[in-house]
Amino acid sequence: MSAALLPKPQMRGLLARRMKFHLLGAFLVSMGCATLYKFGIAEPRKQAYADFYRNYDPMKDFEAMKAAGVLESAPPK
Amino acid sequence: MLASRVFSLVGRRSISTSLCLGAHGHAGVVKAEEYTLPVYADRRDVPLPEVAFVRELSAQQRALKEKEKAAWSALSVEEKVELYRIKFNETYAEMNKGTNEWKTILGGVLFFLGLTGVILIWQKNFMYGPVPHTFTDEWVSAQTKRMLDMRVNPVQGITAQWDFDKNEWKK
Repeated sequence: MSAALLPKPQMRGLLARRMKFHLLGAFLVSMGCATLYKFGIAEPRKQAYADFYRNYDPMKDFEAMKAAGVLESAPPK
Repeated sequence: MLASRVFSLVGRRSISTSLCLGAHGHAGVVKAEEYTLPVYADRRDVPLPEVAFVRELSAQQRALKEKEKAAWSALSVEEKVELYRIKFNETYAEMNKGTNEWKTILGGVLFFLGLTGVILIWQKNFMYGPVPHTFTDEWVSAQTKRMLDMRVNPVQGITAQWDFDKNEWKK
């Protein structure tokens, strides 16, 4: 041997270390994806529907569609 | 009796393969086929392969192998490296080294994507006929107006983007 010896590498627990790392990572990534979806897509969609139907008047909508002439059995006249 | 003699002659000849010759010690040493011998392989998960890398040693290498039988502290660094290279082909560092193959692959992929694009452009220009009349601007705007009149997707879709009071798209 010429120079100083290299430091002894990690010999045991290699799989355990890898598993710990990846289990934690998988948990965080999946929870992160779920949280992002909930607050990025699901909640805004629920809010949009709530806002739309809060003051929705179906009869007014019907009259508008009738006037535009898209209802075959309810012509604008 | 004649038949049995014939049979023994035929029998000996039919089972006299080279292996049997070896077993009986008739033909001498059997040369093993190359593909039946253990092979050397550089693998990360097999640190000590079954055979050394260099099989036939030169005179110089054989002398070095003799020197190896004595005290190792007497060996110089170059001799130790030479002994290593006799036993192994690549070091772990050389084995694990990356290549530049990804550049070739990426270049090839992009090239063929471009070629496909050229083909598609040629097809649109020289091969295909005109699109249906339902794709003209007048038809599409009339179609969109009808969709808005019908209140298609009013919550988050197309009707939600239209301002009915100002008669224009919402900003």
